[in-house]
Amino acid sequence: MAAPPTTGGLALRGVRIGLRGTTLIDIDAAIAPGEVLTVMGRSGAGKSTLLAYIAGFLDPAFSAAGEVLLDGAAIQLLPAQARGVGLLFQDPLLFPHLSVGGNLLFGMPRQAGAGRSVRWAMMLAALDSAGLAGFEARDPATLSGGQKARAALLRLMLSRPRAVLLDEPFSALDATLRDDIRTLVFGQIRRAGLPCLLVTHDAEDAASAGGTVIELG
Amino acid sequence: MLRLAPIVAVAVLAGPVLAGLAGVLLPAFGYLPALGGEGLSLLAWRQLVAQPGLAQSVAVSLASGLLVPLVALGIVFLFLAGGSGTRLFALIRGAMSPLLAVPHAAAAFGLAFLIAPSGLLARLASPWLTGWLRPPDLLIVQDPAGLAMMLGLVVKEVPFLLLMSLAALPQLRPQARLALAGSLGYRPVAAWFKTVAPGLYPLVRLPVFAAIAYASSVVDVALILGPSNPPTLSVAVLRWFNDPDLSYRFVASAGAVLQIGVTMAALALWWGGELLLAALGRAWLEGGGRGRIDHALAWCGQGAMLLAGSALLFGLVGLAVNSVAGFWRFPHLLPEHFTARHWLAAAPNLAGPLGTALLIAGLATVLSLAVVLAVLENETRGARRPGQAALWLLYLPLIVPQVAFLSGLAIGTGMLSLRPGFWLVVAGHVVFVLPYVFLSLSEPYRRLDPRWVMAARTLGAGPDRAFWTVRLPMLSTPCLTAAAVGMAVSIGQYLATQVLGAGRVATVTTEAVALASGGNRRVIGVWALAQAVLPALGFGVALLAPRLVWRQRRGMRSLG
Amino acid sequence: MLTRRTTLAALLALPLGPALAVPADPTHWPAIAAAARGQTVYWNAWAGETRINAYIAWAGREMERRFGVRVVHVKLSDTAEAVARVVAEKAAGTLSGGAVDLIWINGANFASMRRNGLLFGPWAERLPNFALTDPADHPEVRQDFTVPTDGYEAPWGRAQLVFFYDSATLPTPPRTVPALAAWAHAHPGRFTYPLPPDFLGTTFLKQLLLDLVADRGALYRPVQDATFAGYTAPLWAYLDDLRPVLWRKGRVFPANSAELRRLVADNETTIGFSFDPASAQAAIAAGELPASVRSFVLAGGTVGNVNFLAIPFNAAHRQGAMVLANFLLSPAAQARKQDPAVMGSATVLAVDKLPPADRALFDRIDLGPATPRPQQLGRLIPEPHPSWMGQLATAWAQRYTGT
Repeated sequence: MAAPPTTGGLALRGVRIGLRGTTLIDIDAAIAPGEVLTVMGRSGAGKSTLLAYIAGFLDPAFSAAGEVLLDGAAIQLLPAQARGVGLLFQDPLLFPHLSVGGNLLFGMPRQAGAGRSVRWAMMLAALDSAGLAGFEARDPATLSGGQKARAALLRLMLSRPRAVLLDEPFSALDATLRDDIRTLVFGQIRRAGLPCLLVTHDAEDAASAGGTVIELG
Repeated sequence: MLRLAPIVAVAVLAGPVLAGLAGVLLPAFGYLPALGGEGLSLLAWRQLVAQPGLAQSVAVSLASGLLVPLVALGIVFLFLAGGSGTRLFALIRGAMSPLLAVPHAAAAFGLAFLIAPSGLLARLASPWLTGWLRPPDLLIVQDPAGLAMMLGLVVKEVPFLLLMSLAALPQLRPQARLALAGSLGYRPVAAWFKTVAPGLYPLVRLPVFAAIAYASSVVDVALILGPSNPPTLSVAVLRWFNDPDLSYRFVASAGAVLQIGVTMAALALWWGGELLLAALGRAWLEGGGRGRIDHALAWCGQGAMLLAGSALLFGLVGLAVNSVAGFWRFPHLLPEHFTARHWLAAAPNLAGPLGTALLIAGLATVLSLAVVLAVLENETRGARRPGQAALWLLYLPLIVPQVAFLSGLAIGTGMLSLRPGFWLVVAGHVVFVLPYVFLSLSEPYRRLDPRWVMAARTLGAGPDRAFWTVRLPMLSTPCLTAAAVGMAVSIGQYLATQVLGAGRVATVTTEAVALASGGNRRVIGVWALAQAVLPALGFGVALLAPRLVWRQRRGMRSLG
Repeated sequence: MLTRRTTLAALLALPLGPALAVPADPTHWPAIAAAARGQTVYWNAWAGETRINAYIAWAGREMERRFGVRVVHVKLSDTAEAVARVVAEKAAGTLSGGAVDLIWINGANFASMRRNGLLFGPWAERLPNFALTDPADHPEVRQDFTVPTDGYEAPWGRAQLVFFYDSATLPTPPRTVPALAAWAHAHPGRFTYPLPPDFLGTTFLKQLLLDLVADRGALYRPVQDATFAGYTAPLWAYLDDLRPVLWRKGRVFPANSAELRRLVADNETTIGFSFDPASAQAAIAAGELPASVRSFVLAGGTVGNVNFLAIPFNAAHRQGAMVLANFLLSPAAQARKQDPAVMGSATVLAVDKLPPADRALFDRIDLGPATPRPQQLGRLIPEPHPSWMGQLATAWAQRYTGT
C-alpha cells in the first residue's frame, strides 16, 4: 500500500468495483478542497455504485478494492456515519416525521459546550441565510420544491461534512429552479472549501460545476 | 447481538413448531404409546380414506382456500382503484378497520343471523312482502358447497386485506403513478391496475397467503356457516379429534396431515395462478387499453366493499339486539321486549377475563414485535443473515390445524415439565401472533426507501440511531397496524389458551367459546360483543394514534 | 387394583409434602376430608349453559365455606378437551400432579378413558353419600351405558330423552315413533334431529332402534358385525322414509342439541327434543322459547341415563375432588340442582328413602309447566351397550353423508 499523501481533499486510489467477475468501475482521481469532479455516464454505468462505495453503502454483492482517502486518511473501512462524507440525493429526502428545523438539527454534530440553545440558534441562522426564516416549525411536506432543495442543502452543510457527494441532485427540479439551486449548491460547497464529487448525466450540470469531467462506461 | 436475531427467532419458535408437527405426524403413522400406538403403520390412512364424504370435504376446503382470497383481493383492489379521493372512500376506509376487530366467530354468528331463513333480512321482508309467517325451508346457511361459509370468510378477509394494502400503499406514491398514467390518457381504474397494482400486489402477497391458509383450514367460521354433512376437512379433523372413541385420534392426525397438504396445494395453485397472470398481464399492460368500462368497475368495487362492510355491521347490530332481547320470534323485526338480564348475568364474569386477555395479548404482541423488528433490521443491515433461510418455519403454525398442532405442543411442554399456566399461554400465543406480525410488517419494512437511512447515516447517525430516529418513526403506522393485528390474533386464540393453560387461564374468548357451545343466541350476543371490545381498541389506537401524532406531518399520512 | 392405587397415591404424595401424604383410600373418609382442606379442585365441566355455570359456582362457594376446598370451574366447550388433556399428560409422562381433578362425563367418553387406563379408582361407591342412592332398584347409578362403573365414577345427575313442542301451534303431538313419521309427512320441513355422531343425534337413533327392533335384548349385548345389518334394517327404512320430509330435506342437520332448540325457538321446526328434561322450562325463562312450549315423552318410554363425575389417574387434588363429588351427592346439593329455576337436572338419590327433612327439600321444588312430572316421564329405557353408539353413527354417516 502506498503511503498516505499529506494533501487535503478527497482521493480515490485504484478504486476498482466489480460484480460477478466483471469490472464496472476502475478509477483513480483526486479532488482538491473546494473543487468539483464530475463523473458522467449513462444510467447503469455504475455512477451510483461509486458513490455507494465512497459513502459506505456498497451492496456486499459487489467486490471492491482500492482506497478512499479523505484529508489523507483512508476511510473506506469506516462505518458510513464516521466517514465525514455528506450525500445529496436526487430527492431532498427531508424526514417527513420531523419539522424543517428538526431535519436541520438531526445532522448537527453535538460539540462540547454547544448546548441545545446554541444548536437551535445555528439552525435558525442557517434557515435565515437561505431565505427560509420562520420555517423551523413547518412540516417539510408543505414546502415548495425549491424550498425543500434548499433545506436539504442546509441540513447537509450543518452536518459539517469534510467532503460532499452529489447524486444527480438537480434532475428532479423544475427547469426554472435548476439554475438557482445549482448556483447555491456549488457556491456553498466552494465557500466551505469541500471537495465534491458530482454524478450526473446532464451536461449542463457538468458545465455549471466547472471542474474536471470523467466519463464512465 | 442483532446479527443473532433470526437464529434466536427460529430457535425460540422451532421447538414449539417441531413439537407441534411431531404431535401430528407421529400419530398419523400410528405412533402414540399413551393410546396403545407402539409402532408405525398406515392403518390410520386407510381408515381416513374410508371416511364417507372425504373427497367432498377436501374439495370444499380447497375451493374455499382459492376463492375466498381471490374474491376478497378483487374487491379490495377494485375499491382502491375506483374510490381514491371520494367521500365514500374515506367513509368506508374509516369504518373498515374497526370492523376488522370483529372476531371471526362473532362475524359468522352475525352473518348467519342476517341471511338465515329466520334471519334479519327475511324478517325485514316478512310477512308484508313474502307472506312468510314461519321461516321458509330454504337451504342458505350451511349449504353443502360451502358458499355461505365462503361469503362469511370474504366479508372477514376484505377488511384484513384492505388494512394491509392501506399500510403498504404510501411507499408506492400512488398519486405520482396515477398522475403519470392519467397524463397518458388512462382512466383512473385502468391507471391504478396498470401502475399501482403491480407494485402493490408483491407488498400484500404474504397477507394473501395467510388468507389462503386461513380460508382453507378455518374451523370456527366453518362450524357456524359451513357445510355439515360432510363438513370441511378442518371440521372433520376436529370431530375426529373430539370423538369419544380415542382410537379416532389416529385418523384425526392423518386427517390433519391431509389438511396441511390441502393448504399447501391451495398455496401452490395460487402461485401457479400468479405465474400465469404475470404472463398474461404483461400483454395486457403493454396492450395500451385505457379502460373502457372504468366507471362500472369503480362502482363495482365501492358497491362490493359497502356490501361487505354492511354485512359485518348489520351482523353486529343483530348480535347487539340479541344481547338485550327478550322473547323474539319470526317474523318480528324487533324483540317483543328488551331486557338487560343477559348483560347483568355476564357482568361479574367480564372484568377478569377481559383483563387477562389484554395482558396476554399485550405481552405476546410486544414480544413478537420486538423479535420481528430485530429480524427485519438485521436483514436490512447486513449481507450475512444466519438463520434467515429457516424463517419459513415461522409460518408453519398458520397452516397446521390447531387442534393437532396443540396436542403435540401439550405433550412437548409436558415432557419438559413446563407447568401449564399464564406464561406458557403467553409463549404459545407468541407462536401464533409472531407470523402475523411478521407478514404484516415485513414488506412495508423491506420496501422503505433505503435512502432514508442512508441520508441519516451520512448526516452522522450510527445504525442504531438511524433505526430509532428514522426508520421506526417512519414505519410507525405499519408497526401499529401489525401490533393491532397481533393483538386481535392473540385475543382470538381459544384452543391455545385452553391447552397451554390447562383451562385455568380464563380469557374473554375461552368464556365466550364455552358459552357459545350452549347455542343461546342472547348469551352469544353478549360475549361476542365483549370479545370484540379489545381488538377494536387495538385497531382504534392503530388508526387514530398516527393521525394524532402526525397531524402536523402531511408526509406521514399520504394514504391512498 | 388396590396395590396400584396405593402406588399412585404414594407417587402423588411425594412432591406435595407431608400435608397431603395421606393415602387417597376413600374408606378413610375423615383422613380424606382433612387432606382435602386447602386444596384447589380443578373441575372440568361443559360450560355451555349459564344456569349450569351458576350452579357450579354455587357449589364452589359452598365447598369453600363448608370444607375449605376451593373449586375452579374449568369451562369446556366439549368434554373431549379434558380427555385430550389427560391423554397428552399421559403421553408426556406426567403421572402425578395432573391438571384435571374432576371431569363431568359419561357414556363413550367414560368407557374410552377407562379402557385406556386414564381414570383413578375405585373410589365412588365409598363416598358417604353414595349410600343415599339405591343401586338395587336403580342399577343405572353404577352402570354407565351398561358398562359397570366399578367405582371409577360417581353418579351426579339423571337425564332422559324428552320431546318438546309449541302447544300454541300443535295441540296434540305424536307420541309414538310411527306417529312421529306420519306427522312429519303431514308437515314437511318441520322436524329434524342433530347430526350423528353428536350425542343427542345418536341418542335419537338409539331411541328409534329401541322402538323398531325386533329383539330389544340384542341391544344390551356388544354389537356384532354379522347381525348389525339385520337388527338395524327397520331403522334405516324408517330414516329413508323420513328424510325427504325433514327440515332442509335432510341435506343439512343441526350440529347439536343447542342448535336443535334454536330451530324450534326460531319457529323453523315444530318439534324438538333434549336430553335435559328441564331445558325447555329454562329456555322459556331465558326468553328463548315461547311460554306455550310443553314437553312429552314417547308412549313406550324414552331412553335415559345417568351422568357421572370421574377423577383422572394423575389428578393432583384427588382428595378435594372426592369431597366435592360427595358434596354434590348430598340431598342439599341434589335438591338445588333439580330445581328448574337453578339447573333442573333430576336427582340420582333415592328420594323416597331419604329422611323426611331431606325429602322435603325435593317436595318444595316448583317444576314449572314445561317440565314433565316424574310420573309423566314414564318408563326410563336403559341405554344400549356403548358399542352400538359408535356403530350406529358410523353406519349413519355411510348412508347419509354428502348425498
